[in-house]
Amino acid sequence: MADQPEGCARVTGAVLGDPSSEPAEPPATQEPVKEERMTARVGQKAPDFNAPAYYKGSFTNVQLSDYFGKWILLCFYPGDFTFV
Amino acid sequence: MSAVADKYQQLQDLGVEVFSASVDSHFVHKMWNDHELIKMVDGGIPFHMLSDQAGNIGRAYGVWDEAQGIELRGRFIIDPDGVIQAMEVLTPPVGRRIAETIRQVQAFQLVRASGGAEATPAGWMPGDIVLKPGPDLVGNVWKVWKPDMEK
Repeated sequence: MADQPEGCARVTGAVLGDPSSEPAEPPATQEPVKEERMTARVGQKAPDFNAPAYYKGSFTNVQLSDYFGKWILLCFYPGDFTFV
Repeated sequence: MSAVADKYQQLQDLGVEVFSASVDSHFVHKMWNDHELIKMVDGGIPFHMLSDQAGNIGRAYGVWDEAQGIELRGRFIIDPDGVIQAMEVLTPPVGRRIAETIRQVQAFQLVRASGGAEATPAGWMPGDIVLKPGPDLVGNVWKVWKPDMEK
């Protein structure tokens, strides 16, 4: 897997197909913005996303749905260099 | 994460792809791998370590902790159709048990292979009896399974 060019921008994961994690345009009207988010639940489709990753010595990008067709174990944790 | 890395080959043998995710940058992931995790796992972390600095993915999975700006210890098993079959979320001070994750993967794989005809009772381990839900089993689970069968 080839290294991707790295800039100094603060890159982060982004949920795909979820307007709330995409750059927002200023609302045209004064109507309250309705909070609608995808929330993960068992029995429901896993929210798809794109995220920068470190993988065996390289920097790369992962899109979750590229791995649909296999079983996936996705583990979140509080932070690198923490103790548990 | 080193506990998961240690069982990575077993997970691969079960056809499972592993991803870890936190709010650290992928640069910090590299440093953590190179300076600490590699001392616990031969060759370092063998799976993708995802960076979610803004917590966007964590929010979508319900593990984002706004007050602390971190992601809780959330573990998701996703089937080949992209459907979440299991989730477990712990607060930071308690670690997961990877053997339980592997057991659940094996149970979900058995159910999937049976086309839903089989179910695994509480405490099921590979090789144990499975239940075949249907008219004959209603009211008769006691004949084939008892709580003390859970090891």
